[in-house]
Amino acid sequence: MSHEEEPQALEKAHQPSSGLVVAVADPVQNPGLPPHRERMTDKDPAAMSRAVRTVYTLFYISLAASLWAVAAYMLFPIESGEFGDIRSNNLFIGLGIGFALLTIGIAAIHWSKAIMPDKEHIEARHSTRGKESTREAAVNVFREANEESGFGRRTAIRGGLIAAVVASIVPGVTLFRGLAPHSSEENPLAGDPVALLKHTMWTEGERLAHDPSGLPIRAADVALGSAVHVIPESLKDLGHLEGYLEEKAKAIVLLMRLLPEQLPAEYNRLDWSYDGIVAYSKVCTHVGCPVALYEQQTHHLLCPCHQSQFDVSRGAEVIFGPAARPLPQLPITVDAEGYLVAKSDFEEPVGPSFWERH
Amino acid sequence: MSTSTESAPATALATPADKPLGGRFIGATANYIDERTSISGLVKEIGRKIFPDHWSFMLGEIALWSFVVVFLSGSFLTFFFEASMAPTHYDGAYVPLRGIEMSAALESTLHISFDLRGGLLVRQIHHWAALLFIAAIGVHMLRVFFTGAFRKPRELNWVIGFVLFILAMALGFTGYSLPDDLLSGNGLRIIDGMIKGLPLIGTWTSYLLFGGEFPGNAIVGRLYTLHILLLPLILIALIAAHLMLMIINKHTQFAGPGRTNDNVVGYPMVPIYMSKMGGFLFITFGVLVLIASMFTINPIWNYGPYDPSPVSAGTQPDWYIGFADGALRLAPSNLDVVLFDHTWSFGILLPVAVLGLFIVLVAIYPFIEAWVTGDKREHHIAQRPRHAPTRTAIGVAGVIFYAVLWAAASSDIIATHFHLTMEGVIHTLQALLFVGPIVGYFVTKRIAIALQKKDREIALHGYESGRIVRLPGGEYIEVHQPVDAYERVKLIDFEIHEPLVVRPNDNGRIPWHENFRASLSRWFFEDRLSPVTQAEVNAAIAHQHHELEHIDHEEQEEIRGAHERAGAVDAPLHPIDDGHNPETANRPSNIIVVDEESPKKDNRPSD
Repeated sequence: MSHEEEPQALEKAHQPSSGLVVAVADPVQNPGLPPHRERMTDKDPAAMSRAVRTVYTLFYISLAASLWAVAAYMLFPIESGEFGDIRSNNLFIGLGIGFALLTIGIAAIHWSKAIMPDKEHIEARHSTRGKESTREAAVNVFREANEESGFGRRTAIRGGLIAAVVASIVPGVTLFRGLAPHSSEENPLAGDPVALLKHTMWTEGERLAHDPSGLPIRAADVALGSAVHVIPESLKDLGHLEGYLEEKAKAIVLLMRLLPEQLPAEYNRLDWSYDGIVAYSKVCTHVGCPVALYEQQTHHLLCPCHQSQFDVSRGAEVIFGPAARPLPQLPITVDAEGYLVAKSDFEEPVGPSFWERH
Repeated sequence: MSTSTESAPATALATPADKPLGGRFIGATANYIDERTSISGLVKEIGRKIFPDHWSFMLGEIALWSFVVVFLSGSFLTFFFEASMAPTHYDGAYVPLRGIEMSAALESTLHISFDLRGGLLVRQIHHWAALLFIAAIGVHMLRVFFTGAFRKPRELNWVIGFVLFILAMALGFTGYSLPDDLLSGNGLRIIDGMIKGLPLIGTWTSYLLFGGEFPGNAIVGRLYTLHILLLPLILIALIAAHLMLMIINKHTQFAGPGRTNDNVVGYPMVPIYMSKMGGFLFITFGVLVLIASMFTINPIWNYGPYDPSPVSAGTQPDWYIGFADGALRLAPSNLDVVLFDHTWSFGILLPVAVLGLFIVLVAIYPFIEAWVTGDKREHHIAQRPRHAPTRTAIGVAGVIFYAVLWAAASSDIIATHFHLTMEGVIHTLQALLFVGPIVGYFVTKRIAIALQKKDREIALHGYESGRIVRLPGGEYIEVHQPVDAYERVKLIDFEIHEPLVVRPNDNGRIPWHENFRASLSRWFFEDRLSPVTQAEVNAAIAHQHHELEHIDHEEQEEIRGAHERAGAVDAPLHPIDDGHNPETANRPSNIIVVDEESPKKDNRPSD
């Protein structure tokens, strides 16, 4: 912005060569600006006064709309909680504010287009680089600063400065370790995400319960072809601040009953199922969405997020979509009262892959 | 320089004190401020700055103003939103969710929606404005790309704009996650899964981000800090830099009569653009408020609180994240690899790498093109896309690539809506991801070159006037009218480049990368047209005039003959201009026959 006196034409000397532009000895002539065409408002005083009237009328309409918005705020209460009242409140305040703003905008633009002069101006461009003298002065600033400070000469100081400044960032970064908890007496695994990821709250004898009611499931109540959303029975004892969601995010399971002969031994560890009932982790091995959709006829599980498909009759292996691994299977059996229980935790980590998984 | 008189605000400070512009108070205030800030210099500098006018220059303005709306509405929301995941129960006016346990974040969002008059309106304004903000940035970027407005000296401003685009998406995503409802929780779950898939740092990055295991009790508060403090701060600083560079570089303009690379033709900042841009802020704001008052967005009350277990079919991310979600969906199955006793999750890494490469290519495209073309001059003329066929074709290929990824994010909706198989849709999109950009590239390049040829044809041989003339020999021709000189210059006033020529360096060698660069350059400027010269234009104009005179002569002869045959020798050869614009011209076929008994009355040449 500081070199207003020199039009770019004078600076051609600084311009890099035209390079690869095809030089035309006889380029097309630019005819210059076309003659100015007057608008109706320039030619006809009546049109001008009409435009003026339009502009100020719009401003007053805006004023009225603003008043309406305030009135609507009072006229349409929402305290009843009725959906219709909320909708009216939203609509009528919005219409008021919307038209108030819109008319201001339309008026201002009409003002500039119809009333303000529309003669085009021409301004010269200047080369973006500074003038040679300015550039030299700038270089001199650095040269003198360098001589006075010895920044280039005294390498020991410079090296020390760079090392110290870089090192000074490290403590700040270190503090961010505190974003996640450290291990403690009562929570020995809190500082070890890998260990946490490798375990869920399923333990031997933990009953399988309905999600979200928490009622335990009897093997006899699981109908053939059905799919049941399952959580550990003791999950309901956890509060929201005691890791309810975190445990649930790992422990959710889908329970399906097939005919025992639909579970071929080469894909399914039969001692992990009970009478055709199998339980698989519901956490997708892709990025962790719940694999919530079960297709009874084909025994396929579908993840609604990225459409990975798993074949339950073949050990929940991936048959389509971006998932990388079969869903982990939860070993189950029944207890003395006929309730389904876990035989152990999952034998591999559930959910998405991670670096230390293997 | 502009022909106008001195700018009004500057004279206000300079006029003698007896009658200051705007009255004694304004004059005194202006004087007070200037004596302390020297602001008159700034007013003088940018007050009458000239900006060119074109509808496409308004797209960036939509982005700017929708950000203002986002900022204002968002500030209002912060007074009521509680960025906390502490468990609580909703007990507000909305009956279906009363008594349900949820986080304070969702509870306060419901409170804003149902228990605060106008609260739902502001929430919806905020969401709609954010969507418009990102959309406007995207369209603005496309305009800059396809007109070559990123060329020197504006490469850095392109990069700043690109960072703004990324920031806008980050702000969108962090904001989307704040209400802690079922959908946003699932979005975070996907982000968590993606982060965990990163080699070496993934597990710990996720653990630190969520403050423990997913979902934890910390993420909403942390995203809130990013959403309302850190990211907006960077965004606003970069917007300021973006606009300052725009003023320093002056806006580009399209080629046209009187418009060259050395000037800028348009209207002054004050009062024209102040009024137009200011007005446009209100129009953007007003339209957003109207949309928000009539169309529901993100009805979190339908989703309920986050729970890792349920998810509904047909879940969609907000549209601007779609391309990333789509990339995840298109990855092939079973890509986990165990190497060096660690899990390499290529099902995540592959799409992430593809997206990263795509994004980096967008960010550095100006530098790639400058390297390939070897062009080091300043460019202030916005090119028409057809005048840079290779760039336009690359741009279209990129748009198709993005569009396929974006469509993939709705693969399930496409499949159910059009009764297709899920697998068929995914496989088709996988193929399209590679084939689509290639086909798009070649088709676009051909269309651009064809359009250039059409422009040249019109500039040199005139446009088809729609007037058909029958020559005495019985031949019918359509008369081509020469285009106006002011229109012609828009069609043919552009530069044409030659490919880079490799030259040996000081050692007399041509390094391999220079050879590579030259071959890229040949490819970039392939099939270019040679430039039109003024001599060619003059010759073409002379030819056109000669031709038109000839046609006129032939036509008049024809009409005169018809008049004679009709017995109306003195009838005018041209229509009488009676002030109306007759639909039918004075043609031999519609001469009024004066003598009813003339034997030639039916002898109409047009039969």
